[in-house]
Amino acid sequence: MTETLSGAQAIIRSLELLGVDTVFGLPGGAILPTYDPLMDSSKIRHILVRHEQGAGHAAEGYAAASGRLGVCIATSGPGATNLVTAIADAHMDSVPMLAITGQVNSHAIGTDAFQEADIVGITMPITKHSFLVTKAEDIPAVMASAIEIATTGRPGPVLVDVAKDAQNAKFEFSWPPTKEMTPGYKPVTDPHGKQVQAAAELILQSKKPILYVGGGVIRAGAHKELHKLAKLIGAPVTTTLMARGAYPDSDPQHLGMPGMHGTVPAVTGLQKADLLITLGARFDDRVTGDVKTFAKGAKVIHVDIDPAEIGKIRHADVPIVGDAKVVIAMLTQELEKQLKGKKYDISEWWSYLNGLKERYPLGYNDLDDGKLAPQYVIERIGQLSGPEAIYAAGVGQHQMWSAQFINYENPNTWLNSGGAGTMGYAVPAAMGAKVAMPEKLVWAIDGDGCFQMTNQELATCTINQIPIKVAIINNSSLGMVRQWQTLFYNKRYSNTDLHTGTDTQMVPDFVKLSDAYGCLAIRVEKVEEVDAAIKLAMETNDRPVVIDFIVGRDAMVWPMVPAGVSNDAVQYARDAAPIWDGEE
Amino acid sequence: MSQHVLSLLVEDKPGILTRVAALFARRGFNIESLAVGTTEVEGVSRMTVVVNLDGQPLEQVTKQLNKLVNVLKIVELEDDSSVARDHMLVKVRTDASTRSQVLEAVTLFRARVIDVVSDSVVIEVTGDSAKCKAFIKVLEPFGIKELVQSGAIAISRGSKSMSEKVLK
Repeated sequence: MTETLSGAQAIIRSLELLGVDTVFGLPGGAILPTYDPLMDSSKIRHILVRHEQGAGHAAEGYAAASGRLGVCIATSGPGATNLVTAIADAHMDSVPMLAITGQVNSHAIGTDAFQEADIVGITMPITKHSFLVTKAEDIPAVMASAIEIATTGRPGPVLVDVAKDAQNAKFEFSWPPTKEMTPGYKPVTDPHGKQVQAAAELILQSKKPILYVGGGVIRAGAHKELHKLAKLIGAPVTTTLMARGAYPDSDPQHLGMPGMHGTVPAVTGLQKADLLITLGARFDDRVTGDVKTFAKGAKVIHVDIDPAEIGKIRHADVPIVGDAKVVIAMLTQELEKQLKGKKYDISEWWSYLNGLKERYPLGYNDLDDGKLAPQYVIERIGQLSGPEAIYAAGVGQHQMWSAQFINYENPNTWLNSGGAGTMGYAVPAAMGAKVAMPEKLVWAIDGDGCFQMTNQELATCTINQIPIKVAIINNSSLGMVRQWQTLFYNKRYSNTDLHTGTDTQMVPDFVKLSDAYGCLAIRVEKVEEVDAAIKLAMETNDRPVVIDFIVGRDAMVWPMVPAGVSNDAVQYARDAAPIWDGEE
Repeated sequence: MSQHVLSLLVEDKPGILTRVAALFARRGFNIESLAVGTTEVEGVSRMTVVVNLDGQPLEQVTKQLNKLVNVLKIVELEDDSSVARDHMLVKVRTDASTRSQVLEAVTLFRARVIDVVSDSVVIEVTGDSAKCKAFIKVLEPFGIKELVQSGAIAISRGSKSMSEKVLK
């Protein structure tokens, strides 16, 4: 059965048939034809953003919170280039995302036409794949391929750029599309049985194993399999910034987050291990520090769905290409078989690690200036909101504190820009998450710097009844940069003062600004006001809530491994390296 | 520095050359030469890329290339099981006194003269890169006015075809 449709109608119909229910976008000249049938779609909710970057991060937040595809749409030229940051972000963090952009008429491509930009060319290095569509009849097959590529294998962003005349042209639409667009796309999901066997053998030979868990475990939905594996072998677990929530923080086997601002037990656990069981992690420089001295005595099992991640940074003794969910389940089964009911004993390793846990718990101090400690605010948000809530953070100190001081028990509850480090991610990502999971409490924990990059989406939230909660951790400065200036630039605070605190010019006044956007806006300066404000925010669901927490600017993120330095040099607090026992 | 010859089967789609070349650039892999053309299969092109690797393992290059959706297959063509040829056009200065010497070199290298004017000749030569280099050396004293090289194209020895497993 075929039906005569325009290319624009085919875009909308294909999205509907592929199960897309929400798109975030903003129209313009070259995408106008597609916005017309979009108005009639009863299956797709379009959320009109105020800036295309907001659409991109909202699609990411939607995807990260739900595990489904996130979709954003923009016009040609500047509309498309405004998506670039979000596309790059999704690429770094393996977020399944489809970006649809309008393009000028096909005969005008290459003429420097009005609002023309070569967005396929611009995004080539930051997309998993991209398509330029100049013929209406290619649309169904391209849409199906684009979504398949975005959501399978290692997920990532796919761009579909559609010329305006292809949107307008009529053709005979049929479904499913028969034309194969991408014969070269064949992700490997099932691992090699022999490799799994070798991994199990290596685990049972090791005395000091550690599970180095990355974001791949969350994207693969492999948290249950991970739990079973961890319980079977009793090994310590670390979850990277991208993997927070993949393993419950309340579990005693969890050492916390590794890396530059990781816990001492997690950082040191990796350093002293004799085996890294690496699951969906990619040896990012923020985790390894100086690679040459990272986990020097450890052998490596590396499980990843992307073969190119294996051996990229660190040699893998047992490389396993496959879907984390499948691999971990197979590995657990194989271990059960090899153990034959025997106990795998690593109690000596645990007595060492437990010593570290006891001596070096995460903590923070009150500030000399009497201002609120930002860590306290974030900790209280986590405690009052609980592990079922979703937390999206911006980038910087507040992001690290949110990763450290909120306890995550479930996957897809911690959303952040890990790889790209995109300031401005939190508000639109929280918006996207709330749209995907309307029954959940969704917090954006943001900095005063980050908030000023994308707060215009509060208008989108208010108008579309998306009642997110925003906590601005307002230290009146670009806090993480300031921390580095404190530590490494002799306290010369070059261009990090934002003047948003109560004892400054206060431009902008976040309470007035948020009020203007139709939000419930609260300012909190005293410890005794913190809980009441959080509770009021949680109870208010008829509009978004913004709390301006005025916090001290001298708080720093600890522990810390300075960039490029060996993880052996982890600092527990300023000028306080952990005390190692004897030769350790 | 180690040199490798990679043969890529790719979909003949707009932008594929950019995708491959940009990947080399952004990952810091050095291209010595790159040649691209159509194949025995419609819609499929073949690229021969000679890469110079300084420190990075070849495996990283092929894995990253494999992630490009339009790349269908990659093989490394090893010296002993494949043949690689460069094609070169050289314009050499000649006069009555040197022409015969140049023509002698052409015969020795099994090259061909494809254009002659009073003060120069255009010579075409095909061969592996060592032969081409040697030929340039011989011609240099006469004065090379212009030199164009195709970059290596390479194929495996024996009856197997690179495309047979990929495309039924």
